[in-house]
Amino acid sequence: MPVPIDELVTRYKRGVPESLLPLLQEIQAEFGFLNEEAIVTVGLYLNLPASKIYGIATFFDQFRFVSQGRYHLRVCRGTACHMNGSASVLREVEKILKINEGQTTRDGHFSLEAVGCMGACSNGPVININGEFHNAVTSAGIAAIIDQFRKKA
Amino acid sequence: MDDKEILISEVLPGKTVLPDKQTLDRLAVLRHDKIKIPVIYIGSGTCGMVAGAADTISATRKYIEEKKIVADIIEVGCIGLCSFEPMLDVQLPGKARVSFRNIVAENVESLLDDVFNGEIPKENVLAQFPNELHDPWDGVPNIEKLPFFALQHRIVLKHCGRINPGSIEEYIARGGYQTYLKCVNNYTSERICELVDESGLRGRGGGGYATGKKWIMANNTVSDQKYLICNAAESDPGAFMDRAVIEGDPHLLLEGIVIAAYAIGATKAYIYVMADYGLAYNRLRISIDQMKQYGLIGYNVFGSGVDMQILLVKGPGAFVCGEETALIRSIEGKRGMPEPKPPFPAIEGLFKRPTVVNNVETLANVPFILKHGPQKFNVIGTPNSKGTKVFALSGKSMMTGLIEVPMGTTLRDIIFKIAGGIQEGKDFKAVQIGGPSGSCIPVQQLDLQVDYESLWDAGAIMGSGGLVVMDENTCMVDMAKFFMNFLNKESCGKCIPCREGTRRIHEILENITRRPSTESGHDTLERFKGIMQLEGLSEVIRDTSLCGLGQTAPNPLMSALTWFRDEFEEHIFDRKCRAGVCKELRVYYIDVDKCTGCVACLRKCPTNAIVGQPRQPHFIVEDKCIGCGMCFDVCKFVAVMVK
Repeated sequence: MPVPIDELVTRYKRGVPESLLPLLQEIQAEFGFLNEEAIVTVGLYLNLPASKIYGIATFFDQFRFVSQGRYHLRVCRGTACHMNGSASVLREVEKILKINEGQTTRDGHFSLEAVGCMGACSNGPVININGEFHNAVTSAGIAAIIDQFRKKA
Repeated sequence: MDDKEILISEVLPGKTVLPDKQTLDRLAVLRHDKIKIPVIYIGSGTCGMVAGAADTISATRKYIEEKKIVADIIEVGCIGLCSFEPMLDVQLPGKARVSFRNIVAENVESLLDDVFNGEIPKENVLAQFPNELHDPWDGVPNIEKLPFFALQHRIVLKHCGRINPGSIEEYIARGGYQTYLKCVNNYTSERICELVDESGLRGRGGGGYATGKKWIMANNTVSDQKYLICNAAESDPGAFMDRAVIEGDPHLLLEGIVIAAYAIGATKAYIYVMADYGLAYNRLRISIDQMKQYGLIGYNVFGSGVDMQILLVKGPGAFVCGEETALIRSIEGKRGMPEPKPPFPAIEGLFKRPTVVNNVETLANVPFILKHGPQKFNVIGTPNSKGTKVFALSGKSMMTGLIEVPMGTTLRDIIFKIAGGIQEGKDFKAVQIGGPSGSCIPVQQLDLQVDYESLWDAGAIMGSGGLVVMDENTCMVDMAKFFMNFLNKESCGKCIPCREGTRRIHEILENITRRPSTESGHDTLERFKGIMQLEGLSEVIRDTSLCGLGQTAPNPLMSALTWFRDEFEEHIFDRKCRAGVCKELRVYYIDVDKCTGCVACLRKCPTNAIVGQPRQPHFIVEDKCIGCGMCFDVCKFVAVMVK
């Protein structure tokens, strides 16, 4: 059971704008994404307009505004992975799951995100599913990996 | 007395009298120089984890439990050989520590069986760590003599992969934090700034500004509060030096941070870590707690009257936050957008107070300089670039991973001697240095020395230290497109030339890699206009952007255009990609000798571009083909080829 937002905000000082990013990070860690209620509540608490908070939150890559799927796929789009063909892996995943990057499947099982670099450049392309790494993924092999998780879901 | 008390009372104050034998023995145990039970070290940095270290660890745990062996398992950071992960080292009492490569869970049992029986299996053995207290193994090479390590000079990475990153005791037993206490007790902050200035240390984050000068400027500014910020916002694709240092030897960085904070008169230090770096963040959190327990931070550190506080900040992920003014704004809870300098952060930075922002690697060099004196440091390197530089090697080289070389080493030495050349014996094409806003260095310039001046003269930048090696199968237009796409996404949007210019460049590159059949209207004409505009556009972006990111944004394109112009022209005029990377420009044909007429491709083709009778060779009608590659994927006889 996640902690309610009203209670979460009280862990930070009222009206201090520096608390904004850590607070948003904590809310996202708790709920998986930022919804309208969260932004409005934080705005009232920190004395910032909701538009400004939305502006700041959309500026950074970390914040999401739609809920994550049960399995969150992160495909590395760093330089080394790109050279080893991560673009076609990403396209293949989009085709299999029928979603674009940044979206969640309708049944809520999968969500897809393309990330900058996961720092594991020697064995690309790397994908990460709920913290579990798969390295040297090929566009042919990705279907089997996704199937594995689909069965679990 | 327990270990902690001994370390606090005997070791940390750095007494001139040698501690008694009993204490020395204890230190040797903490350093793992003397061990009573076998120790197994497993490389568990992010690179190790990706390669499957988690399974290796659980397999090892299971093994020693089942066989009822009493042994220690230590999760160490990355030693730099990322392509050999997961790595597993075994140290038996009295024997040298020996390292094995590519130990996945299935190999653990047979390997450990052999080693505990006193035998070294031939396969997967890498090298042993020489130590005069230990008996060496026969027939196992010395790790320092491996070509990968022989040319390296390790200051920052000295203990990475060797030391237990979760143990402050081991770090102190190896001489850690004594320099810090020497500084706060014996040196004034002015003196430390002078010493660092004398060493010639320059910022390793990319700019190359003299660290000592920055510190002196901040130290001379009078203020009620000053801040030190450690910039670990490493979000370049292809760079992972900071992550590896934090994961492998967090206390080295923390010692650098507290010394730097004391040197500028700051009592608060921030560490700005990427939110993606979960392991690094946790390591730092644990290490800071350990420092608190040892009284190394807090009020009145070891009776010196110095107060010190370290705060961890999770960076919410934006490439531009590597720029210091943007990073400061992000800590203040604003959008991470750069601001004009001056005023420099050292005069007016975080919360309008003097602030020094230093990169992880810069700070990790500080303990060495103050421990051994600036003279030991400034003999390494070239006249204007002192010390060493850590590079993250990735791409198509034989070995990939982390290396640390003296400034002035040539790229040829790095790629062909240290990294062992190119995979599968292919030809070297270029190396991308300095991250996404760096430059491509072609084969003609391989003898370029890596130091700030030489790189600058060659039109490249040091950047944070990513080296991406490209072979003949890499398309330079595609790489330029990739980097421009990245920079376009990461542009903060403050300056129009950077925000719009990178987008236009990306569009032009998209245009020239597009298939003719998908062009409409004036697209065909635009292609030719594009190449003429690229250079002008790049110059405008370079000259009119505010921050370093914008000014260097056209670099990957400019350097590729300088050295690989023929490849660009080939894409435009001949619609050909010689590396075969640009999918839309591929032209497929069927090798009549190999085709068996199985009709698999004929059935799959979405545009009916393949003609032929069953059991007769097929043909592709080029005009109808849209180049989807379906036939290529489906052919079992490798008869479909790319022209």
